[in-house]
Amino acid sequence: MKKKLLSALLSVAMVSALLVGCGDTAAAPEAAPAATEATDDAAAPADDAAADDTTAAPAGNWVSSDDGKTLNIYCWNEEFKSRLTDHYPGYTEVDATHGTIGDVNVVWNITPSDDNAYQNNLDETLLGQMDAAADDKIDLFLLEADYALKYVDTEYTIPVSELGVTDADVADQYQYTKDVVTDSNGALKGVSWQGCPGVLIYNRAAATEVLGADDAETVQAAVKDWDTFKATAAKMKDAGYKMTATSNDAFRVFSNNVTSKWVENGAINIDANIKAWVDMSKEMVDAGETGTADLWSDDWSAGFYPEGKVFCYFGPAWLINFCMAADDAASIAAQGGWGATEGPQGFFWGGTWICGANGTDNASLVADIMKQLTCNPDIMTEIVKADDDFVNNKPAMDAMAVDASYSSNVYGGINPLPMYCAGVEKIDLSNLSNYDQGCNESFQAAMKEYFEGNATYEEALDLFYTSVTEKYPELTY
Amino acid sequence: MAKEKKKTSQVVKYNKWGYIFLIPFIVVYLVFQMIPLFSTIYNSLFENYRQGLTQIGPNWVGLANFQKIFAGTGNDSMPTYFLNTMIMWIAGFVPQILLSLLLGAWFSDTRLRVKAAGFFKTVIYMPNLIMASAFAMLFFSLFSDAGPINSMLIQMGIISQPFKFLSHTVSARSLVAFMNCLMWFGNTTILLMAGMMGIDNSLFEAAQVDGATSTQVFFRITLPLLKPILIYVMITSLIGGLQMFDVPQILTNGEGNPMRTTMTMIMKLNKYLFSKDFGMAGAMSVILFIITGVLSVIVYKFSTKETDY
Amino acid sequence: MPSEEYNSVEGGFGIVARRVIAYIVLIIITVLCLFWFYLLIVNSTRSHAELSRGFTLLPSGSLYKNFDNVIHGTQPILRGMLNSFIVAGCCALFSTYFSAMTAYAIHVYDFKLKKAIFTFILAVMMIPTQVTALGFIKLIGNLRLDDSFLPLIIPSIAAPATFYYMKQYMESALPHAIVEAARIDGSPEFRTFNEISLPIMKPAIAVQLIFTFVTNWNNYFTPALVLHSENKKTLPILIAALRSADFLKFDMGQVYVTIALSIFPVVIVYLFLSRYIVTGVAVGSVKG
Repeated sequence: MKKKLLSALLSVAMVSALLVGCGDTAAAPEAAPAATEATDDAAAPADDAAADDTTAAPAGNWVSSDDGKTLNIYCWNEEFKSRLTDHYPGYTEVDATHGTIGDVNVVWNITPSDDNAYQNNLDETLLGQMDAAADDKIDLFLLEADYALKYVDTEYTIPVSELGVTDADVADQYQYTKDVVTDSNGALKGVSWQGCPGVLIYNRAAATEVLGADDAETVQAAVKDWDTFKATAAKMKDAGYKMTATSNDAFRVFSNNVTSKWVENGAINIDANIKAWVDMSKEMVDAGETGTADLWSDDWSAGFYPEGKVFCYFGPAWLINFCMAADDAASIAAQGGWGATEGPQGFFWGGTWICGANGTDNASLVADIMKQLTCNPDIMTEIVKADDDFVNNKPAMDAMAVDASYSSNVYGGINPLPMYCAGVEKIDLSNLSNYDQGCNESFQAAMKEYFEGNATYEEALDLFYTSVTEKYPELTY
Repeated sequence: MAKEKKKTSQVVKYNKWGYIFLIPFIVVYLVFQMIPLFSTIYNSLFENYRQGLTQIGPNWVGLANFQKIFAGTGNDSMPTYFLNTMIMWIAGFVPQILLSLLLGAWFSDTRLRVKAAGFFKTVIYMPNLIMASAFAMLFFSLFSDAGPINSMLIQMGIISQPFKFLSHTVSARSLVAFMNCLMWFGNTTILLMAGMMGIDNSLFEAAQVDGATSTQVFFRITLPLLKPILIYVMITSLIGGLQMFDVPQILTNGEGNPMRTTMTMIMKLNKYLFSKDFGMAGAMSVILFIITGVLSVIVYKFSTKETDY
Repeated sequence: MPSEEYNSVEGGFGIVARRVIAYIVLIIITVLCLFWFYLLIVNSTRSHAELSRGFTLLPSGSLYKNFDNVIHGTQPILRGMLNSFIVAGCCALFSTYFSAMTAYAIHVYDFKLKKAIFTFILAVMMIPTQVTALGFIKLIGNLRLDDSFLPLIIPSIAAPATFYYMKQYMESALPHAIVEAARIDGSPEFRTFNEISLPIMKPAIAVQLIFTFVTNWNNYFTPALVLHSENKKTLPILIAALRSADFLKFDMGQVYVTIALSIFPVVIVYLFLSRYIVTGVAVGSVKG
């Protein structure tokens, strides 16, 4: 989630949200019998096995049926709900957390992702999924890329083909959105309606002042690779601009282009590209070309305004549309002062995936929601126009990219879709691992100490290892 | 205090009420604190964590969790976390108790006759009404690189570059201590004043008739009679200090920047709880429990020794 | 104070200087204490975009808009306020009353296990809440008290720190003579406690009522462990939820308005109870 850093910053007692549902499994060995006891009413013998043995269940042990009267949806915010309400044919809203589709009741279980609360809640419910009463079983839940594999590579998510979504249905989707949710056996476990290719968003005034012009070609030439990017940073520095607001801005671009995973064979691994980010950032911080604040902090967002003197941000469509203070007349966004170009490397940021839960009793409804929202070009085009999303449908987006009637105000009336279309093709996510979220966060936090001169690179690395093994005790380094 | 104990059957009859009055506390305590405590201790002897959606353990590992915690070195060691906690506690507590005593003395000083004392007494506790999280949010934006404190200091010519308050050990710890002090000095003052009100007014009057100065009254009468309350303040503050969590947690984004020099013991515990490593969290809890217990006993023994009742 | 006149020798310039210093310090402290409230109010009048620009001392015009967004938002703020009030109120009452009772048992009576129990309570006072959190959650799961106010309220009966304060206060303010006098008058023990001893304890009770109320009002830790359903959540949980809203709905203006809203009830309760502290309600009838 985009605001992860901010919400972590704001959280009081991280512990608590985490503990919400985990009492039973967590507390002590004797919890296990207690858990099975509690499920007597609904349990069948096989279910105990499923509950106790969460790892080694044979792949393909899929359970689904179609007679459910309640569709339970687990998510962390209202985004998907508003997509479903606005665009899914036949959805009727009852109140904030209930709706109906035909004679099926839709129940929204919305848990904020703050402090991992969403994942904790989801984990506990999924672990009890097989023993839950039919109306309490999760039917559909949402995931983010950072932790998608944690769920996708288990038998808690059901392959979309089991539900009736075929390869042909998803043929128009961007490949990276499928890579994120493909399990180690090659089965597609989820679908997304959006694509979130990122671009380099630059301050036009700064570009004109320092590079002589503010068109995308000129700027792209100045940021076409990291060496050029660094050279431009020095020029920006001389003109009083920071290249990026913080060193963390570029992290995502580097970490999306790694050639190895964060964890290889159970050991923590620092990819060469990650190290390249460290080296570049250290030089830039030392030279005063970028800062060390966290994303979403005041120091980061100061550059949304002219007086913040920041040359560029890395971000996808949603960042520029919703986060860069376009509703404040004094902001650069409100004055149409941002331009965008592809930048040194392709990357993505954000996105939400729909997964069907193993054991769902509304299989065909789940499949239909998936098909309508992620495979139906008419509905998806509607989403682009209504919600400024970049949707996960290549032909539809390619068509809109050349549609002169669609444009974005923040970019001063330019249609940004061609650039996003170009960017999304370059995203390669074959090196995702289960540990990405924790590793990325810890690494940025640890390297901040190195950038600020409080530690050597080795000390910062030690700090990173400590922090990661606190999160994932099973890892070595 | 009333010392004479009449060992009559009359008194014994009354004394059974001691047990009766204790029933609610003891019952509730045993159920809601004791059982959880034992289950935590029991837990500390197992390897028990979640790997993704897979539960690892619980497997009996004896004291391995404790060994792992004490194997930490450098910035990630128990003594460091303990020292961090104590340094930040003391840095906040000393000014806090001095300020509270000073204010208490002023408010109770009949000669000084502070006008609008009621207003001041009301105001000093107010910071404690704000949620620590909200308070830390405000502090964070005040002291950020582009925040008002930095721009003020730059304008006044004291510094030329923004000072990263949270990237230097001394300033980060000071901020934590300052926030704790600000949040809690009112609390302490109120406790002290409530204690002062329990002191018989005639004592003050007699002292004044005898020509004692305000200072003498304070040190000879107020302070000694305040001793029970002072001990209370001391011990609760120590306990609160050892449990210090939310202020440094929020201010440093849970990282204990810089290089874990502001990471307290509970923050470390929180790291384990957060990753659902319940064996390690249990072990950490037990260590904390022992440290807190030992320290409090020391403080308690030390402070009651000279009291003769 | 009439006695003042006797000592004016010592007064004169010295007392004026001391008074000036006292006022200067008090004013600085007042500013330091109230500044945060001002900041919160200013921030709650600013829109999200204005807030993201950083900090200013001047209020802006978005208070009503923020407020409206909060009231019509997805989070049941008013309901949350009521919940917080129920939980914090009950905790404050239970904790103070039963702590006073426990302290009374130790202070007034003399029985075999007295010393042992007193030492025990002092020892357990030192156990951090976090230490028992794991076991606590499992326990309330087994007791089927999940998602209920009861596991938040009932444990407040056993509040070692409040007990210890009451005990210390009784030592300096509740002489045994009063209890004995009541016995001679034929008052039953329970009534002596309720009608004679408690009134003497008023300042201490007011102090602990405030502290316990505020602590529980602002408590996020335990309620977040226990409460799950929307209409049971307390304010701090709702504020945490607001802060983690998605980027389309994320609005610091709303967060600040909610924080400001959540502070008002505590301030009112505090101002109400603080009368007992600051005006110094008469402490007890007899002095020991």
